[in-house]
Amino acid sequence: MDNTVLRNHALKIRQKIVKMVFNAQSGHPGGSLGAADILTVLYFDEMDINEENLKTTKRDRFVLSKGHTSPALYAVLDEKGLLNEDLSTFRQLNSNLQGHPNMNEVPGVDMSTGSLGQGVSAAVGMAIANKLDELPYRVYALVGDGESEEGIVWEAMMAAAHYNLDNFCVIFDQNGLQIDGNVQDVIGPLPLKEKAEAFGLHTVECDGNDYDSLKAAFKEARETTGQPTAIIAHTVKGKGVSFMENNYAWHGSAPNAEQFEQAMKDLKEEG
Amino acid sequence: MAQETRNAYGQELAKLICARKDIVVLDADLTKSTKTAEAKKACPERHFNAGIAEANMMGMAAGLAASGKTVFASSFAVFAAGRAFEIIRNSICYPNLNVKVCATHAGLSVGEDGASHQSIEDVSIMRSLPNMSVFVPCDQYETKAVIDYIADIKGPCYVRLGRGKVEDVFDENTVFDFTKVRVLKKGTDVVLFAMGLMVQEALKAAEELEKDSISCSVINVSCVKPLDKEGVLEALRNHKKAFCLEEHNVIGGLFSAVAETAVQEPGTPVFPIGVEDTFGESGKAKDVLKKYGICAEHIVEVVKSK
Repeated sequence: MDNTVLRNHALKIRQKIVKMVFNAQSGHPGGSLGAADILTVLYFDEMDINEENLKTTKRDRFVLSKGHTSPALYAVLDEKGLLNEDLSTFRQLNSNLQGHPNMNEVPGVDMSTGSLGQGVSAAVGMAIANKLDELPYRVYALVGDGESEEGIVWEAMMAAAHYNLDNFCVIFDQNGLQIDGNVQDVIGPLPLKEKAEAFGLHTVECDGNDYDSLKAAFKEARETTGQPTAIIAHTVKGKGVSFMENNYAWHGSAPNAEQFEQAMKDLKEEG
Repeated sequence: MAQETRNAYGQELAKLICARKDIVVLDADLTKSTKTAEAKKACPERHFNAGIAEANMMGMAAGLAASGKTVFASSFAVFAAGRAFEIIRNSICYPNLNVKVCATHAGLSVGEDGASHQSIEDVSIMRSLPNMSVFVPCDQYETKAVIDYIADIKGPCYVRLGRGKVEDVFDENTVFDFTKVRVLKKGTDVVLFAMGLMVQEALKAAEELEKDSISCSVINVSCVKPLDKEGVLEALRNHKKAFCLEEHNVIGGLFSAVAETAVQEPGTPVFPIGVEDTFGESGKAKDVLKKYGICAEHIVEVVKSK
C-alpha cells in the first residue's frame, strides 16, 4: 500500500487514540501513539485480515502483548472497518472496549492481554497451532521494551526458536521509556537485538515510525525460514503529539481539554 | 489394587491424544514424573515440552486453546498452580480458554522432596479463579473418568493428582457423575466429606468409628468446584456433625468449600481435618502424612473429640 495512504490512516488512528483517552480521561496515549505506525502497516499492508475471515482463526493474527496500548488496537480495527463498537465508550462501564483488550468481547482482538509478557507467550502457542494444522497464517506479537523485562518474554523466545516457528514474528517496540522513566535507568533491558539473536531468533532493526523501513522488516520476517524473527522497531513514544513525544509522563495519563485541543491540532498539521 | 493417580492420568491421556486430533499436551521437563511421557510416546507430534518454564507453558497453552485446541498442561502442583498462577488467571481463566491443568505431586504425599515441593494450597488458589473447575480424584478409576470428563467440557479445569500409590475405591465398571458428590458409605451420626487420598483414610476411619458406635457417612467430593451444594446440604441436614478431610491446607480447600455452603445449614457444625496452616517436611510419604494428621488414626481421634 502506498505510503501516503498509510500515513493518512495512521493520522486518523492517532486522532482516534487521543480522542478515546481524552473521553475516558484514562488510558495510555504515549505507547499507543508510538506504536500506531507499526499497527497501520500490519493491518493495512502486511496481514491477511478482513471482514470475511475476522471471526475465524484462519487468518493472520496479531497479539497486542503490551495490552495497555489497547487504544491503538481499537483504533486500527475501527479505521479498517472491522470494529463494531463505539470508540467513545472506551474504558466506560458496560463497554466491550475494556481498558486492556478482551478477546471474547471484541472480534479482531486475538488474545486477552494486559498482564505484561503473557501475550507473546500465547502468540507462540498460536504459531505452534498453525504449524500443527498446516495453516499458512502468521502470528505477530507486539512487545514493549519495558515489557521485555518480564522473564516470560524470554521463555517464549526460547520456545519459538526451539520449535522453529518461522510463522511467528515478535516486534519489540523500543521507545526507550517505561512508567518509571528511561528503560536503561529503570533496570536496563537493552540491547534487545543481541538478546533475541542469542535466543535463536533472526533479527531485524527498523524505524518503527517509517513505512518503508517497517515494510522491509516485515518482508524480511516473512521470507525467513526455519526460525522466528524479532523486529526491533525503534519508535518515538507519543509520536505525533508534540508535548507527548519522548515524555514518559504520558505513558498512562489523559490530556485535559486544552492539551486535547493542542494534540488534535498537532495531528492535523502533521497530515 | 493400588495405583498412582498420575499413572492413571498418563494412561488415559495417551488414549485420548490418539483418539482426538484436537488434543495437545504440554509439559515442563517433568514428562516422566507427570506421566505425560505416555502421551508423547503415543503421539509425539502433539506433545510439546516447554522446558523448565511453567509460565510460558501456560501462555502457550492459552494460545493453542485460542486456536481451537484442547490443551492438557502438566507440571507439579506447586509450579502449575503456584508459579504459573497469574498466567492461568489472566491468559486462561479470564478469556475462558480450554486448558486442562493437570497437576501431579500435590500435597504432603510428595514425601522426601519436602515442603518446597509439597503443594498444600493449590486447590485454594485454583478454586478462587472465575471460570475454573477443580477436580480431586481419589483413585485410578476416578482419575481416568475425570480426564475423559474434562476433555469434553469447554473451559479451564484444574485436576489435582498425587505422586504415590493409592488403594482402589472404585472399579472399571463404576459410572461417575461429577456434578454430584458421591456417598460411599451411609451412616447416621457424622458425615465425613473427603477428597483425594483422604477418601481411603475416611473409609478406614469410618470402620474404626463404627466399633465405638459412631455411625459415619463417607462422601467423596471429587469435584470441589463447581460444588454440588444440594448434595452437601442434604448430607448436613441428615447428620449431627460434619468433618472435611483433605491433604491440603485447612484454609481455602475442601473445608472452606463445604463451610461456605454449610453456613446455610447452621444446625450442623463442620470441622476441618487437614494440614493445619503449616508447611510440610521431608520424609517417607507415609510418615509425613501421619505426622501432619493426614491419616485414619487422626480422623478417628478428631471425630471422637468433637
